[in-house]
Formats: sequence, C-alpha cells, structure tokens
Amino acid sequence: MTLEPALGGMAQTDQDRCDPLLRAGNTNCGGCGMSVGLNLLSHALETRKIQMVIPACCGIVTAGPYPWSAYGAPVVASTFASAAAVATGLACAARINGDPTRVICWAGDGGTYDIGMATLSAAAERNEDILYICYDNEIYGNTGGQRSSATPLGARTSTTPRGKTQQKKDILAIMAAHRIPYAASLSLGHPEDAMRKMNKALDMTGFRFLHILAPCPTGWKSEPAEGIELVRNAVQSGLYPILEIEDGIRYTLNIEPSMSDEDLQNYFEKQGRFRKENYDLAVIRKHIDEHWQLIRSRIR
Amino acid sequence: MSMELLSANHAAATATILAGEANRDARGFGCGVYPITPQTECIEKLCRHEFTKGEVVRVESEHSAMAVCMGFVLSGARSFTASASNGLAYMVENVYNVALYRVPMVMMAANRTLGPPWNIWVDHGDALLLRDSGWIQFFCEDNQEVLDTTLLAYRLAEDHRILLPVLVNQDAFVLSHTMMQTDVPDQALVDAFLPDLDLPHRITDVPVTIGGLDFPHETEVHRRQHAEAMDRVPDVLAECEDAFEDIFGRRLPGPIVPYRMEDAEMCLISMGTTASTVREVVDREREKGRRVGSLRLRMFRPFPIAPMQQALAQCTRIGVLDRNISLGLGGITWPEIMATVPRDALVQNYMIGLGGGDIRPQDIQGIVDDLWKREQSESPKIVEVG
Ligand SMILES: Cc1ncc(C[n+]2csc(CCOP(=O)(O)OP(=O)(O)O)c2C)c(N)n1
Ligand code: SF4
Repeated sequence: MTLEPALGGMAQTDQDRCDPLLRAGNTNCGGCGMSVGLNLLSHALETRKIQMVIPACCGIVTAGPYPWSAYGAPVVASTFASAAAVATGLACAARINGDPTRVICWAGDGGTYDIGMATLSAAAERNEDILYICYDNEIYGNTGGQRSSATPLGARTSTTPRGKTQQKKDILAIMAAHRIPYAASLSLGHPEDAMRKMNKALDMTGFRFLHILAPCPTGWKSEPAEGIELVRNAVQSGLYPILEIEDGIRYTLNIEPSMSDEDLQNYFEKQGRFRKENYDLAVIRKHIDEHWQLIRSRIR
Repeated sequence: MSMELLSANHAAATATILAGEANRDARGFGCGVYPITPQTECIEKLCRHEFTKGEVVRVESEHSAMAVCMGFVLSGARSFTASASNGLAYMVENVYNVALYRVPMVMMAANRTLGPPWNIWVDHGDALLLRDSGWIQFFCEDNQEVLDTTLLAYRLAEDHRILLPVLVNQDAFVLSHTMMQTDVPDQALVDAFLPDLDLPHRITDVPVTIGGLDFPHETEVHRRQHAEAMDRVPDVLAECEDAFEDIFGRRLPGPIVPYRMEDAEMCLISMGTTASTVREVVDREREKGRRVGSLRLRMFRPFPIAPMQQALAQCTRIGVLDRNISLGLGGITWPEIMATVPRDALVQNYMIGLGGGDIRPQDIQGIVDDLWKREQSESPKIVEVG
C-alpha cells in the first residue's frame, strides 16, 4: 500500500486512523510536541515493522498503565540510561535471525544528552543498526521540569530558578563526530522535510540519529496551540539549524533561515520559561552567529 | 565428553558457549560483555568463539552489558554475562530490571571485594548486594560445579514455571584462576539437555509495552507471581538435576551440601570454597571423636529454609561463617540462617576471610575450638586471617 501523507504529513490518513503509532488514550499533555513527532513517525513508517525502546521519560508514560499500551508497536521500557543498549540487543538479535524489524529508540533529551550519553555514544561507535530519535523538550519533563544539558541559556526550570547560565550542548555535532551514517535535525514545523528524513533514516542501516526540537507547553509555559509556530520561529531565527550530516563529514543544509530577529524575539517572548531579566537577545544572537559560522565552514 | 584443564573462568565460558550453540536452531545467542578482574578471562574466551548464530557485543560498561543481554533475551536469544565487585555494583539497576521483566539469563560472578580501597580478592559481598534483586543465586565450590551449574542454570531459568535469571558465583582467584580437571560434555548432550529457548513474552510484532506504568495493585500481583516462581524453584531444580544426571551421568549437589551431618552436634555453615577447608577440619575433629559436620549453602536464593531446618535439627552448636559483612549488623547470611536453627542451639556468627584473606585449616580450627568452649553466643565476630 502506498500512502501519500495528506497535507505534507500533518493530516490523518486511513492508515493513521486504523493503526496509529500513537493511539488514543495516551497520557501526553495537549499540545505536546512529542505527540506531533510520533504522529509524523507513524506516517513515515507505513507498513514497516518496528520495535521501540523507550527509556524513563514522558515518552514511556505516554503508553499508559499496564496492561494497556497507547503505542501501536511493541515497546520495551528501558532504564533511563539504557535505551541504546537494550536496542542493541534487539537489533543484533533481529540481524542474526534475519528479521526485517527496524529498531527505534525514542528518548528525551535527559536520556540522550545526559544520563544515556555513554550508552548512546558506545552504540553509535559500534554502528549498531538502530534509529535513535531524540525528542528534545529541553527539560526533564517527566520529573516536573528540571534543567538538562539541552536546556538553553536563560531558561528557567525548577532547578535553575534564575535562568540557566550555560548554553545547550550541540548534540548533532557530537553525534556527527561518531562518523555515523546519518545524523539530522528536523523541524515539526516543516513536515515534508521531516518525513523525508524519517523515511531516509528508516531505510538506512547502521546507526542513525534524528534530533527533534519538541515544544513542551507544560515545561515551556507556552500556549499548547503555539508549539509549531515556536518551532518555526526557532528555525527562522537560526536558533535551531535544520541540516543533515552523512558519515560525519557531508553536511547538507535543508532550510536556509532568514535569521530574523523578529522570530527570535517572538520565540523568547511567547514562552514563560524565558524572562527578560534572565537573557539578553544580543548575546543569544552572537551565539547563533558563531554556531552558523561553524556550520557553514563545514558545509563547504 | 572430554577432560580438560580449565580455570573456573573458562569453565563458565565453556558452558555458556555450549548453551549458546544449543540454541542455534532457535533465536541463537547474544550478550553484552565488559571486563573486570577476576572474570575477564571468561568474557575473553566468549569473544574468541565464533557462534553459529550469535553475537558478543563489547559494550562500554556493565550497566549496558546487562541492558544488551536483556534486549537479546526479549528477542528470544539465549544470553549471558559475567562481572564482579564494582562491576556488579555499577550494573545493579539493570540487574533488577532483568529479574523484574522475568528475563531468563545467566550471569557469572567471580566474587570479589567491593572497593575502595581496591582489592581484587574474594569476598561474597558483591553478589550479596544483589540479594533482593529477584535472581536465583548459586555459590560453587569447584570448577566442575561451575561448568555444570551454568548448564543447569539455563534449564532452570528458562523453564516456564520459573522464568527468572540465575547468578552462578565462583570465588575470585581460588576458583576463577585455578585450573582443574573438568569434564566437558559434548555439544550433542548439551543439545539434549537444553531445549530451545521459548520465551512466552518475546517481543515480536504485537504492540505491547513491556515495563510501562504499573499501579500498586498490579505491582502487588507481579511481585506475588515473582515470589511464587521463586517458591517453585526447589521442585523444578530437582527435576533439572534428575535430567542432568540422566544425560550427563553425574549428579549435581542440591541447594545445601551436608557433610558428616548425620549425628553432628556442631555444624559450621559456609558458602563457596570455604567449605572445602571446613571439611578438612571436620575430618580432624571426627578423628578426635567429636561430632562435627559441615553444611555448605549452595543455593542462596531462593533461601532453602526447609532443608536447612531439617539438616540442623539435632545441632546444638552452630557456627555461621560469612565471607562478607553487612556493616552495622554482621554477616549477611547469619540472620537468615538464624531463622532455620533449632530454638535452643548456640549460634555464633564469624566473618572470616574478608577481603580475600587465605582461610587456612588452623583458622577454622580456631572457630571450632571457640565454639566448643562457648557458654553463650556474642555479637558477630570478625576473624582476622591476615
Ligand atoms: C537512574 C534514574 N534516575 C532518575 C530517574 C528519574 N527520571 C525519570 S524520567 C527523568 C527525566 C526525563 O527527562 P527527559 O529524558 O528529558 O525526557 P522527558 O521526561 O522530558 O520527556 C528522570 C530524571 C530515573 N527514572 N532513573
Ligand atoms: S510534560 Fe511536556 S513533553 Fe511531557 S507530555 Fe507534557 S507537553 Fe509533552
């Protein structure tokens, strides 16, 4: 069955309605960016068979309580740091048995940038046949909103009440440095590009990493309906570069941002986690420009 | 069968290779491994073997080693890992995870003192750290027992009435690095002994979530089911021992290993290789006409309460030898054993050989002499063997 995603992937198809990856009854907050990411993945999967590994994070609570599961695919809940290791076992077992299953990790920024970093790095270095997707809500959502190393400069969290004083890690560069076949960032506000990347990543073998900036109205103290607009602001302002990196060396820029200060301002002002006294847009603009200089030097 | 000169590390690896190959027509074998003295030779041997259908993943930590094993088993493959000391401590979270997901796998621990300060010698405290993790635990006394128990462990773990992981312990260096004549069975016999792994909750295409949220009521039921599986171990173990004897022609010792206990007034209880030295002293005492016996606790979890009670029924003086310490209490096996001794027996706890000190016959003799002349017990004693 060929399924053309309607409206660039954002509208439901027959397949979504009969067998979605994210089922009704899931526990996600309204306006959760992670839900949008799962729906996109659902479109991208079409008839592919998958097994998912989800560590401790909002994404495992999504499933709801035993014996129900709000996921339309088999899921193993791993310990917080272990998603890429459990997935290694599943993926190797699938390979030695010739199963067509694709093994996908679906993890928050805490399980990716922080506690799971060593596990993730090792699985990437071994080039395990895993698609690792990090939905990055820039916070420990499940435990009520503490800082992670993905929390951006200036953001207030329950453990950075005066705003975070460090910048977030450049996770895409870290993953690219492992020389994995594919690493890409994707925007929930640009579903065609996002779907193309998901499809590409699903069809490749070896370790693939996708990064999704995932608005979290609960933690960002933003309007649930405005999440996608915020992602577009982040992309257009240059804050969230959308690119793909093959084998750690071939960089492709997928969206040329306008670098607009208006988008930047909107992004900060529309989120309650940012307060004027905790950030300086001029400093943030400088960081963005420095980051882009680096990216552009690598594209060449 | 062939006789080979094997260290206990290699005995565990040899058994695992045989068990892994025995699953070649099913979902194969796979494991995550990470080195730590004194078990490293075990995983190195696994890394040298080319499995017919299998994969040994060289991971970056024990925590991940256990997680990789879990992935393999949930996909239907047979699995194994080995560790010790700080490696086991680092792994703990996933050790619990594996048991609570009812993942039947086998781990070997070459019991070593937990650091710091760094000490690579034998102490059972590392495995006992996992006391409440829901794993079945055996402590072995020689290399043949390590090989045989490892094979037995797969059959026990994978039995549908059990579905629990098994930890097979061996004393650091005393066994791990000591070569002994070991009877290695042919693959065909192991194939006959170990049916293909058939995991009822194997991950396939069915959309279930293994290990999501569990509310208190469901957790109570899951814990009860886990406890009931533990309760079934003695009977299933006896069946496995019978099958083992039928196929390999030798019998493994049961959960407890009594020696000259028939009429013993005094009994020394120990685990692992300490028991070999105890038996030597028991013989000397018997020559002097003293009714002394030895009891080795081979299966630590589930704790063999009834067999212990039976074996100790006529004892009036009992020495509990712990090669471990629960700081602030005493030996770890002591309070458990206290629950199985006759009410009016004199029971004294001795912590001996902590940090791997060589336990010699004269050290055990000192305990026997102390126990004979005692009028009452006192708080747990550390016996320094230097
Ligand atoms: C070893 C361990 N430490 C701490 C926790 C508590 N914990 C559960 S989820 C979580 C944060 C998850 O954050 P993230 O990965 O960013 O995902 P999110 O909840 O935001 O979706 C923490 C700290 C845990 N489950 N395990
Ligand atoms: S807390 Fe944030 S990430 Fe978690 S479910 Fe709610 S909106 Fe989604």
